[in-house]
Amino acid sequence: MKYWRRPLDKNKIKTPKGHIYVIPDRCKGCGFCIEFCPKGVLEESKEINRKGYHLPKIADGKEDDCMNCDFCMLICPEFAIYTEEGE
Amino acid sequence: MSAKGAGNEGKIETVEEHPLDHILRQDRLPHIWCPGCGLGSAMTCFAQAIERVDIPLKKQVLLSGIGCTGRIAGYVNVDSYHTTHGRAIPFATGLKIANPELCVTVFSGDGDLFAIGGNHFLHAARRNVDINVICVNNFNYGMTGGQQGPTTPVEAKTSTTRYGSFEHPFNLPYLAAAIGAVYVSRWTTLHCRHLEKSMEKALQKKGFTFIEIISPCPTGFGRPNKLGEGLEELRYYREKSVIKNDASWDELELHMRGEEPVVVGDFVDTERPTYLELEEQMLRAKGLMK
Amino acid sequence: MKAVLTGSHFMLGDIACAEGALAAGCKFFGGYPITPATETAERMALRLPQVGGHYIQMEDEIGSLAAVLGASCAGVKSMTATSGPGFSLMQENIGLGIVTETPCVIVNVQRGGPSTGLPTLAGQADMMQAKWGSHGDYEAIAYVPNSCQEMFDFTIKAFNTAEKYRQPVFVMADEIIGHMTERVVIPGPKKIKLVSRKRPKRKKNYLPFKPDKDLIPPMALAGEGYGIHVTGLTHDARGYPVIDEETQHEMVTRLIEKIRRHAPKIWEFEEVMTEDADIVVVSYGAASRSAGRAVNIARKEGIKAGLMRLITVWPFPEKRIKELAESAKAFVVPEINMGQISREVERFASGRVLSVTHAGGGMLSPEAVLQKIKEVAK
Repeated sequence: MKYWRRPLDKNKIKTPKGHIYVIPDRCKGCGFCIEFCPKGVLEESKEINRKGYHLPKIADGKEDDCMNCDFCMLICPEFAIYTEEGE
Repeated sequence: MSAKGAGNEGKIETVEEHPLDHILRQDRLPHIWCPGCGLGSAMTCFAQAIERVDIPLKKQVLLSGIGCTGRIAGYVNVDSYHTTHGRAIPFATGLKIANPELCVTVFSGDGDLFAIGGNHFLHAARRNVDINVICVNNFNYGMTGGQQGPTTPVEAKTSTTRYGSFEHPFNLPYLAAAIGAVYVSRWTTLHCRHLEKSMEKALQKKGFTFIEIISPCPTGFGRPNKLGEGLEELRYYREKSVIKNDASWDELELHMRGEEPVVVGDFVDTERPTYLELEEQMLRAKGLMK
Repeated sequence: MKAVLTGSHFMLGDIACAEGALAAGCKFFGGYPITPATETAERMALRLPQVGGHYIQMEDEIGSLAAVLGASCAGVKSMTATSGPGFSLMQENIGLGIVTETPCVIVNVQRGGPSTGLPTLAGQADMMQAKWGSHGDYEAIAYVPNSCQEMFDFTIKAFNTAEKYRQPVFVMADEIIGHMTERVVIPGPKKIKLVSRKRPKRKKNYLPFKPDKDLIPPMALAGEGYGIHVTGLTHDARGYPVIDEETQHEMVTRLIEKIRRHAPKIWEFEEVMTEDADIVVVSYGAASRSAGRAVNIARKEGIKAGLMRLITVWPFPEKRIKELAESAKAFVVPEINMGQISREVERFASGRVLSVTHAGGGMLSPEAVLQKIKEVAK
């Protein structure tokens, strides 16, 4: 039955691509965007902002995985991250 | 997507502005809420919702009472009134009746709306005044340092229930539905997308609407109740929450401990003439309105 | 149906108050039934729908005043009417009205207190509550009618003053005046002078709490596109909360000065035979009717008595008391309480001040006042 799970029009459907932006000094390092990104695109970086919080970064191998779902924007309590449609 | 180069792998492109910045009072940010608090997420969803609905921002009015949630009115860039403790609903009632063109939303906390302001909530819903009430429920009085409130679950620890709370808490959706709210929903701050859609719906719906937002309060509730910081509280919601629009009222009791689920969803969506509609209809019948 | 019922009427004091409000342009009443002010609410419930206004019966007096403030912020002249217990519940939002500079009128048809006291019988014991009832420093404005005509006239005055200075204004009536029926003459609408709150002229650089030279800031309404923020927290000219000593000093001193500086324009009183008076009787409201009679009898008996009747108790006309104190030998202050305004007179009169008290529940008699005048005259 496995092949039934593969939509017949799979080749016609284009998965949206997203581009992530961050406003570094607004981040309070709560980790919400990292934990709850549906595609697991983000991870904590070593980089810290002016307040001393660790910013998110894109995890290895996930560079092309953002789908512009905007979940990180909605869940970020600090208005510090958002996505836009990418190329 | 990422800037390639030594030491910069995975670095996200940095910018200075956010697409929702115009909805916020930039000169008042950063806000006062703790890291891990859910209020910022609730505010983002609201900012997104008021931008998406087909109601001009200048016709939107945001009110709040006192407490951490009460500060939301000060951050959103629409006409906003930060009233006395518990009194945002009657203030909003006067505002809406005096100018029915306004889209009026009260955004406040569980203590403000249901302890000191409880009676006003009952009567505004009963009258079906066309206002939206959004309650951020974090199960305690956060601003004053985590005291027990009207939604604190039985056995929960707060700074005034050191041996655990032995009061029964409100079941807010049940309460709102019982007194006549035309739209009732509950989400956690993890359910951003559902929450944002619910807010859009409430803003556009005629009559008294109610949304409960279950939110982490790492300092006042998460830590003393071993739910952890904001992130752990959200993980708890992920694990325990169940979307069930046709849940029975009993299922909507919140325990916030053990294996008990956190049931969320859209529970009521109905129609009932609003206060102003009934007033108009009856006065017209008496020849007092053209 | 007309808002102004021009003509001569035989009218209950509480109803005259409602008609005064309508003549002043009031279009919103948020209230809660309470004796002896209920007739004002009932009249407004009947009349407001006739003139395109709204009457809403709230769940309590806290909600009533909150709704009144909300309606005023939407640009509608608004009021409530209550009595002692309700006035106590309103104190919190009176503070909000003061600090957010929201015009409205609060009528207190006083009854005997404390607590539930004497619901159906008169008192004047909320005079100091009107001044100091809400927490924090502020200046109150309170009119005190002593006839049904004044219930009409002073309610209009109260609206005008509230609109002009942007703050809640009290009409401190009492059960005797509220429940008395007398002739009330209502003039034509054109003869009634009305004041409306100052409005901002342009959006550019508008700061909602930046005052003009008269210390009064122009008021933007909800829904006009100013994007104002209004808070009960201590705030700066933008209306933003600022929790520090400097902002507190600036805000509180301006709110106080806004009234103090204009006090000589706000305070009102009426004098009868005070020019040569040795004994000045200072009274207000229902009690002043007995005081007037006592002064007349005293004069007939050869005692040089005069009457200063307060129209505003707040701001208190301290300057005039000081002037009268230069020639008067004594002041007699009859009031239906245990000596509230008598102490205020004492603050400014250098001579003797004698109180004529009444615990409430009835009219203070002219004889009691006359007796005190005679005692002093000896």
